[in-house]
Amino acid sequence: MELNSHRMEDFRGRYRYIKAFAGLAFFLLFIDLWYLQVFKGSEFRRLSENNRIRIREQIADRGMLLDRRDRILAQNRPSFEVFLVPEDLKANPEVVGKVGEMLNLSREEMDQKLKGLKRRPAFRPIKIKSDIDWNRLALLESNRVHLPGLLVDVRPRRSYPYGHLASHLIGYLGEIDENELREVKEGIYRMGAFVGKYGVESQWEGDLRGTDGGRQIEVDALGREIKHLRSVESFPGNNVILTIDLDLQEAAEEAFQDKNGSLIAMDPRTGKVLAMVSKPSFDPSVFARTISPEEWKDLTDHPSHPLQNKGLQGQFPPGSVFKIVTAIAGLETGAITPETILTCTGAYPYGNRSFRCWKEKGHGPINLHRAIVESCDIFFYQVGLKVGVDAIAHYAGELGLGKKTGISLPHEKSGVVPSSAWKKKRYGIPWYSGETLSFAVGQGYLNTTPLHLAQLISTIANGGKIYLPQVVERVEDIYGVRVREYPPVEMRRANISERTLRIVREGLMGVVNEPHGTGWGCALKQAKVAGKTGTAQVIRMAADFKRGDMNRLPMKYRDHAWFVAFAPYEDPQIAVAVLVEHGGFGAVAAVPIARKVIETFLNLPPSSPEKATQEPEESVYD
Amino acid sequence: MIDRRLLIHFDWTLLGIVLLIASIGILNLYSGGPNGETSGTPIYLKQMLWLGIGLGVMLMIAFIEYRYYADIAYIVFAVALLLLILVFGFGIITSGARRWFKFGSFSFQPSEFVKIALIMALAKFFQRPPDREGYSLKQLFLPFLFLCVPIVLILKQPDLGTAIILALIFFSVLLFVKIRWSSLFLLIGAGGIFVPLVWGLLKEYQKKRIITFFNPELDPLGAGYHLIQSKIAIGSGGILGKGFMKGTQCKLGFLPEQHTDFIFSALGEEWGLIGCLIVIGLYLGLILWGLRIAIQSKDRFGAVLSFGVVSMLFWHIFINIGMVMGMMPVVGIPLPLLSYGGSFLLSTLMGIGLLLNLSMRRFLF
Repeated sequence: MELNSHRMEDFRGRYRYIKAFAGLAFFLLFIDLWYLQVFKGSEFRRLSENNRIRIREQIADRGMLLDRRDRILAQNRPSFEVFLVPEDLKANPEVVGKVGEMLNLSREEMDQKLKGLKRRPAFRPIKIKSDIDWNRLALLESNRVHLPGLLVDVRPRRSYPYGHLASHLIGYLGEIDENELREVKEGIYRMGAFVGKYGVESQWEGDLRGTDGGRQIEVDALGREIKHLRSVESFPGNNVILTIDLDLQEAAEEAFQDKNGSLIAMDPRTGKVLAMVSKPSFDPSVFARTISPEEWKDLTDHPSHPLQNKGLQGQFPPGSVFKIVTAIAGLETGAITPETILTCTGAYPYGNRSFRCWKEKGHGPINLHRAIVESCDIFFYQVGLKVGVDAIAHYAGELGLGKKTGISLPHEKSGVVPSSAWKKKRYGIPWYSGETLSFAVGQGYLNTTPLHLAQLISTIANGGKIYLPQVVERVEDIYGVRVREYPPVEMRRANISERTLRIVREGLMGVVNEPHGTGWGCALKQAKVAGKTGTAQVIRMAADFKRGDMNRLPMKYRDHAWFVAFAPYEDPQIAVAVLVEHGGFGAVAAVPIARKVIETFLNLPPSSPEKATQEPEESVYD
Repeated sequence: MIDRRLLIHFDWTLLGIVLLIASIGILNLYSGGPNGETSGTPIYLKQMLWLGIGLGVMLMIAFIEYRYYADIAYIVFAVALLLLILVFGFGIITSGARRWFKFGSFSFQPSEFVKIALIMALAKFFQRPPDREGYSLKQLFLPFLFLCVPIVLILKQPDLGTAIILALIFFSVLLFVKIRWSSLFLLIGAGGIFVPLVWGLLKEYQKKRIITFFNPELDPLGAGYHLIQSKIAIGSGGILGKGFMKGTQCKLGFLPEQHTDFIFSALGEEWGLIGCLIVIGLYLGLILWGLRIAIQSKDRFGAVLSFGVVSMLFWHIFINIGMVMGMMPVVGIPLPLLSYGGSFLLSTLMGIGLLLNLSMRRFLF
């Protein structure tokens, strides 16, 4: 290799400059070191004792939740919280005992709290007690000079003025856990932050959260603030305006009395949820502080699942409400016409079984309209056999059953709509035509949530439009400027003819307003209501089981009661689905609740309560 | 196989400096690393294991004839890029960035090796001398590509620190190999137009983040707080330091990267000005010694290769120490041989291996 071709002299020429540059850079480092360690050395040494520069967090106010008419459903109130700083306790261990005494906490409890958190920097304050009363606050504040390491801070605490009201929709907060902390971007949350864990509080967390601030301060040797250095202001989160109406929600919750179940009221013209009830409910404010293990266990182990939003997490067979779908399948496929007459003798032998109608004596020859009005089982058994399982499944899917509605709330269930292919895949065996009979009247494998049925009845009422159910109207910042709006979303149109829908609607109107209609308990003088009752079997009844025996069964085996309705018939503005768990027959348990909600919505004077409960023994319809 | 003359010319001075700094590093990690509460092997032991492996790799690299590296330079670079791409598919996420491969308890950061691979590729490219005036912009197209591809991949992880180091290595080498004055001015001019243009396109919150980055005091609860604590730690060391294992500030755990990026604050607190001067002096010695090796190389490949390594070491040292003292923006750039981290120690020692290699062959022609 020729040395010449390498032209090394290029590099040699630069050597001097590069050396000088490196020397200068290191000289700069040296100057800065000198400045920090010699010139400012003693000041920094003082500041390094018990870590004098600290940060005091300033938690942002969480955005409020409001109803559609701006009434506050969730807000913040100040809470006085007591902290101890482990770093400052090292020199004054007696403070732990003194503070414990003032707060009525035993030594063990105090030690537990101070020890509980590992890998935590010693200068970080540890929360000892939150929400102390004024007397304790005064006691602590007046003794503060003698209690180095004590820190009392006021922080926003979530409060819910209406307690249990709409608790499942509103949701609750909880302390951020390690997984969440790891996944979110650094810096947004600190350890111990409260974040939405359920409901709107969780789903709109990004809007509600706000930006935390804080102050950098200098403390003295006892941990007391002596100098304020720099600060960052916190900024409150956005307010979220819900679609529900407080009055309607209150009426619906009251109507449930002590019954368990769910109600969803929706505007069939927009898909906006007007009321959402799930019973039993809970008080979301218990989660706004650190919930005790006992309280948590009580809530999660409760047999009626108070933490579950049954409106979208509870799955139940729709019972006779599903006859709406079977009727549509029959009309759309041409298997029946409104004039078709089928005979009900009270029992329908099929295979080696006898399928019964709820009316033992039978309805005799009956057409579609009367079959809907009187909820004749045997009519719909025969329609089911005529169209077959897959046609029914098709129209159930067309109306949104068997899949999630897409509502912006966590843990929505999709329900189940069986079909021959579904059964083959799920169980590996073919569909038995006998199963079509149960399917046609809404029993068997079929499962729906109350939200499904609210959407279904809305779709019937509005002429086939399937709207996305929505719970939030808009988001506003603290100055009231709209940040985001949620206009109605028409997801698709059910492929069902207007004529079929009209025939079904007429039937549903008859259910409430015609003689022998099963939903007569919802008939109002001032407005026409249309609806459908249903009963979901919890267990299969013995062949000789009498309807009246239901009240003698243990609660957990009793049937679930359904009622879906919309009003006014001519111009539907509200659609309701009510489920009463183990309520027995739809007419008795569920109808009065829907009635109350519709009355409230239409601003009608409440009907006499006797009318709803005064029911003859044998008029217990399905 | 190993020429006897190689052993005679082995660069004991360089090895001595490196071993001295590395030993100080281990001692410092022993004292300043996270205290007992964390489970598992103490990090100073892990670092010793990595040091052992690293020294082995270093010697291996040192004794292979370096012109062989010219033959495989582009292949090594391609493999490094491939690893960078693979890390998106198979890497694990730590504190929001996808930078690491993990095999059992052993993790590995491919972006570290890209630094060495880039230096090799640049050395290979600049092996052919330019004409009298230097390289023109057109001739620099390929090396620009060498820089931009890994930078885009690394910024996506995201790892700003490593991306900055790659860019600094690249531009240092560019100045070293002589580019045309006209090209240089064109580059500076283009930058001068481009930067304000991009700045205008940025959203308000992005601008704010960049401003905070250069002036951490604007973020008194985050970076600004870490910085003041780091300055207090170093400053409180004074002239003589608080003594080995006597540091308090750095044990409190307020710094997010106390045993990696902020390790120099622990050194400053415990060893004071005297200790810091010794370490900085050793680093300066390392840089000057490395420069001498580059200048004395017998060919262009060797000169650019060793200069690339030296510039990598220099920028790491200067930016890291400047950062913990508040002279530089807080970017995640570790300190060679002092910061904890296996992949980084390994890439540093690979670079040193190249320097040793060139050093002992400078008389062999």
